[in-house]
Amino acid sequence: MSYIITRRSILGASAAIAAGGSAFAQSAIQTQPATAPNLPIENGATLRMLRPVRFVQPDEEVFRANCARFTQQTGVQVRVDFVGWEDITQQTAVTANTGAGPDVIIGFNEAPHIYVDKLVELNDVAEYIGTKYGGWLPLAQKYGKRHGTNNWIGLPFGASGGPLVWRKSALNQVGFQAPPDDLAQYLDLCKKLKAANKPPGFALGNAVGDGNGFANWLIWSHGGYLVDEEGKVAINSPQSIEALNYLKELYATFVPGTIAWGDISNNRAYAAQECWLTANGVSLYFALKNDPATRAIADDTEHTLLPKGKLDTSPMAGLTLNAMVFKHSRFPNASKALLSFLLETPQYDPWLQANLGYWAQPLEAYAASAVWDSDPKVRIFKDTMRSNFWIGYKGPISEASAAANADYIMVQMCASVASGQATPEQAVREAERRARRFFRR
Amino acid sequence: MSVTAAERWIRPAKQQSALVRLFDNKAFLIIACLLPAIGLLGVFLTYPLGLGVWLAFTDTTIGRRGVFVGLENFEFLFEDPIFWNAVFYSVFYTSVATVGKFALGLWLALLLNNHLPMKSLLRAIILLPWIVPTVLSAIAFWWIYDPQFSIISWVLIETGIRETNVDFINTAWPARWSLIAANIWRGIPFVAISLLAGLQTISPSLYEAAMLDGASAWQRFRYVTFPMLLPILAIVMTFSIIFTFTDFQLVYAITRGGPVNSTHLLATLAFQRGIPGGQLGEGAAIAVSMIPFLVFATLFSYFALARRKWQQGESND
Repeated sequence: MSYIITRRSILGASAAIAAGGSAFAQSAIQTQPATAPNLPIENGATLRMLRPVRFVQPDEEVFRANCARFTQQTGVQVRVDFVGWEDITQQTAVTANTGAGPDVIIGFNEAPHIYVDKLVELNDVAEYIGTKYGGWLPLAQKYGKRHGTNNWIGLPFGASGGPLVWRKSALNQVGFQAPPDDLAQYLDLCKKLKAANKPPGFALGNAVGDGNGFANWLIWSHGGYLVDEEGKVAINSPQSIEALNYLKELYATFVPGTIAWGDISNNRAYAAQECWLTANGVSLYFALKNDPATRAIADDTEHTLLPKGKLDTSPMAGLTLNAMVFKHSRFPNASKALLSFLLETPQYDPWLQANLGYWAQPLEAYAASAVWDSDPKVRIFKDTMRSNFWIGYKGPISEASAAANADYIMVQMCASVASGQATPEQAVREAERRARRFFRR
Repeated sequence: MSVTAAERWIRPAKQQSALVRLFDNKAFLIIACLLPAIGLLGVFLTYPLGLGVWLAFTDTTIGRRGVFVGLENFEFLFEDPIFWNAVFYSVFYTSVATVGKFALGLWLALLLNNHLPMKSLLRAIILLPWIVPTVLSAIAFWWIYDPQFSIISWVLIETGIRETNVDFINTAWPARWSLIAANIWRGIPFVAISLLAGLQTISPSLYEAAMLDGASAWQRFRYVTFPMLLPILAIVMTFSIIFTFTDFQLVYAITRGGPVNSTHLLATLAFQRGIPGGQLGEGAAIAVSMIPFLVFATLFSYFALARRKWQQGESND
């Protein structure tokens, strides 16, 4: 899909903004005084941008209207291409390697860290926006800054988390008001749910989002991690083994078949009332809420952060939108100005609201956005980026951490123990062997 | 004036004759006519294949140009149990599925070769699994094998035969067999229709002669049908082995190589490592390691099944 904004189309687009603007609630976004960086826009600048396709239709409409408004104010024409999620990594790679193509890409998670040599540093914009909007949240800082420095190479636009999704009636039936943070009590809850024939279920198959989300939670909540702060493989630890032993008991309570689950399976099982406790993004709740046939399930559904276990905070790493500007762009100032413009309240808040909670803000001030009052059950996603956990925790974000995630090292370590194919000791050694391969450089 | 004009007229005639001579040159013609074909083959076949082989000896990743690392990728794979599991399953999947496809396909072809009412319609229906795009049939099987929503499980539970869902793809061996079953279902039509074509070329007079000699139905199959079918059998089997060994879509859509990598074929493992995992060099090495297996399978079908001299009009050894 592509969309070229021309001067002629601006009139229509502005009308859309006017119409769209009135549809969104007014948020009380507090700003601090900050000086905008001086970014003289290059003569005759035009921009091309890639970003992942929308979750919901208004996402795309508002995003385009925002870009149209930028065109209106600066005269810079902006073309936005919406790319399928599975393709954007490869398209970013091609753009970076060939030094041609889009000026700006909003990619996922680690992309700016892989192509750091090909990117324009965004310190001026990041500092201005950060100061103005109460500071960048921890996950945004982690994904935005080059490892161990204060240099911004990406501008996070939001993150999507996967907390626990559960049926209030089922938990109440077995004597719980909410899922507990304590691991032993959590296991007890799952055992009781299983006994009540309302089992929990978490993906242990090759599911990029849900599988890694569960496996990371399991290891992290026991104090384990794949690599240490220096990026040295550290999965072979007593904490990991303890976590896998815990999994053996936990897995016994799951609905059968979770080792074959993909990203969509838990959504289906939950909607079919075969699974009563799982972890997922907000999409599951909205799918249930918007379908009259499953509305009752949505009314009975609650969201809670993943159990903290042995940690002080809930270990969840949201999928992060991360914008980057390429050095090959002939218009770096215009690119930076566009990103800065899109993160300002008149643009960002309507976009956040249009996304209904699918994406959570990277900046402190937007916690006050009206989107988080739109539905109390969605409010929990507000803090997705207030997290100290990222894909590849606790190491530097790199090509290796991304590859280890995409190759399901953690998921398969867990699945091999759950299925009885390997002992916890064998499984961590195998994970260590595979991870060392990725982290050898 | 007319003299000079005549001279000027002669010169182009000399040039034309040079062109004519050029086009009369056999060597030039051969090159000129072959060039487009060689160009197409070079650009779309040799170059990608060569690039793939080259990548297998580098540590290229998505996002970074690699350097030549010699056999490092292969050394790693040699000690990688996941790779060996993929080798095992690729061979197992290919052999079992090929036997299944040929047994059932030949049987179906023999049935279809009889005179049946609505013969053409039946033959068209038989082709359906082959016509449906693989991804669509793979998604259908994905639902059929779903741990929660399998139609087979549902029927068995509704009829009281079972009390729990069938485990199709949640553990290693059931998953392996389930994928083989799906592959056989998909491959039968190709084998059946190809063998049916072979059967129709066998002259009825051979059967008449055999019947006059008092041959039984089994003897007619063993000594007339089977030997006459062998040449086409060899071709069809070669194709079938290649298609099965390099299968990707069924496995990727149904299990993605799971549970815990137990159903990875070499093709799916190469893709997983190369594209989502980003390790292009290693993925290419896995793909390159398929070549010896394919060459062996092709040579086997050709020489084991198709070397009989009667094809050249001589008797068997």
